Amino acid sequence: MAQTITQKILSKAANRKFVDAGESVWLNVDILLTHDVCGPPTFDIFKEEFGADAKVWDPKKIVVLPDHYIFTANEHAHRNIDLLRQFAKEQGLEHYYDVGTDRYKGVCHVALAEEGFNLPGTVLFGTDSHTCTSGAFGMFGTGIGNTDAAFILGTGKLWEKVPESMKFTFDGEMPEYLTAKDLILQILGDITTDGATYRAMEFDGEAIFSLPIEERMTLTNMAIEAGGMNGIIAADAITEAYVKARSSKPYEVFQSDPDAVYHSKYHYNVRELEPVVAQPHSPDNRATVRSLKGTKITKSYIGSCTGGKLTDFVMAAKILKGHKVSVTTNIVPATVKVARDLECEMYDGQTLKQIFEDAGCSIALPSCAACLGGPADTVGRSVDNDVVVSTTNRNFPGRMGSKHAGVYLASPLTAAASAITGTLTDPRDFL
Amino acid sequence: MEKVIQGKAYVLGKNIDTDQIIPAEHLVYSLSDPEEVKLYGKYALSGVPPEQGGLPEGNVPFVTDGSFDSDFTIIIAGPNFGCGSSREHAPFALKVAGVKAIIAESYARIFYRNCVDGGFAIPYETSEQLNRIINTGDELRIDVGANTLENITRNITYKLNSLGDVFNIVEAGGIFSYARQENLMAQN
Repeated sequence: MAQTITQKILSKAANRKFVDAGESVWLNVDILLTHDVCGPPTFDIFKEEFGADAKVWDPKKIVVLPDHYIFTANEHAHRNIDLLRQFAKEQGLEHYYDVGTDRYKGVCHVALAEEGFNLPGTVLFGTDSHTCTSGAFGMFGTGIGNTDAAFILGTGKLWEKVPESMKFTFDGEMPEYLTAKDLILQILGDITTDGATYRAMEFDGEAIFSLPIEERMTLTNMAIEAGGMNGIIAADAITEAYVKARSSKPYEVFQSDPDAVYHSKYHYNVRELEPVVAQPHSPDNRATVRSLKGTKITKSYIGSCTGGKLTDFVMAAKILKGHKVSVTTNIVPATVKVARDLECEMYDGQTLKQIFEDAGCSIALPSCAACLGGPADTVGRSVDNDVVVSTTNRNFPGRMGSKHAGVYLASPLTAAASAITGTLTDPRDFL
Repeated sequence: MEKVIQGKAYVLGKNIDTDQIIPAEHLVYSLSDPEEVKLYGKYALSGVPPEQGGLPEGNVPFVTDGSFDSDFTIIIAGPNFGCGSSREHAPFALKVAGVKAIIAESYARIFYRNCVDGGFAIPYETSEQLNRIINTGDELRIDVGANTLENITRNITYKLNSLGDVFNIVEAGGIFSYARQENLMAQN
């Protein structure tokens, strides 16, 4: 029987030859990811259900990356880090990346990739909705809650309903003004925020396979904004080169069968697409940037798992080079690695960091920061009636802090161009 | 599991994401310390813009100032309830506030799983746009076995979609009780 890539990965994890869309199967989990917001309650449930002295199913398969509330004076947030540290010690978790040490990484979805945990053909569950990001590596990644995560901690297994797949094919050669963010916002506008609920979103086409792995991660990252269970891009030479440079573990590359059954198929030619934003207050509220030309903004925010990778900052630097921003512009590298790369990655004779500093941006320490608002002292948190152009992933009311603020989700190119003019600006005006 | 759930309706619109159910700044409280747990009740649905809370009029607070739970125990909402972040703090906060059941046109997957597997509130689906015909404050009664919703205030009864496969998990009270009942945890 023909299967999609998602079915093939889930078949393997269920020790089956074939799984059908719609059937519920028990999966063996390769990696469980958690962080400072959902780790402590997950560990509480684990102890309550399996016993105070219970041991996790496999300490090598648990990755704990504190990233949400790191640089804050909030004492409850600090307590959560203490609880992670304590559990990691008790359980002998070698993949714990402690705050305040050289091991601290930053935003979990980007750090998972950098540290070689993303392996084609594997199954990842994480206590974060953007766990789907890892699907860019030809693997299955999806978000779960604390109870499900506690179940995995004790058993290494979880039930999941095999999703139907939707296929999104992008033909053509990517123009320099277009980014993965524009592609996923295009899709969201077409299928809406529940258009992929309980389904897999599979990305295909020459434009997709021309993208570096970080841009592919932007696409799969936002599968959840359409309700998708997972986003997935089959591994190719680019994926394998990235993985082999970071891991010596075995993996298996799967491809969808040509005659696999899809819920639906969408075709785009990237040459016909334009830079777009998602207007307040929903990720599917799409408009072309040009149609909103002149809309005043009060802040530009470039960061998060979606838009805080090195490739995102290279794009922003291309626009910002030699210009001054006219609104507060926060540069928030996703990880320590990305922050270091800003200091050595060159564009046109300057490091990215120099370009951002010369432009008047403020560079923050790596964490999730204001993508989800966070405690009151979080860098970049929206206040009052702020109008923010942001490379993050979600803009429902209050997401970045203030309930009265409006957030335009945009590519790093658009966020940078808009930072210069103080109004929503199509990046083609600066390219 | 209660066979009949009776209480007052709190009506919401579409795409109520988990940031609106429990804003991110409150996720720092313990989910096991009884005093801190109360705060989840206090701040449940506090991220909903005031004019969109308690439809059709709006501006009805879900939890009144100084209180730690709600007078409303049944949520009526449009499509895609619980979208956004995976935080289990969201259905947890609704439970702490006193919510017994949610009736929405559809749910985001993670929120739905969390409701069922954590045993927080029963997530019913309906094919009718009940959030347009039920008013906040209406007295409702759900017959869990019969999948029916009676609006006592207006004397109208609606059919709810069957919970299907997950009924057994809901009935057991969550994934752990269910797994023990079915001997699924013996695999370890």
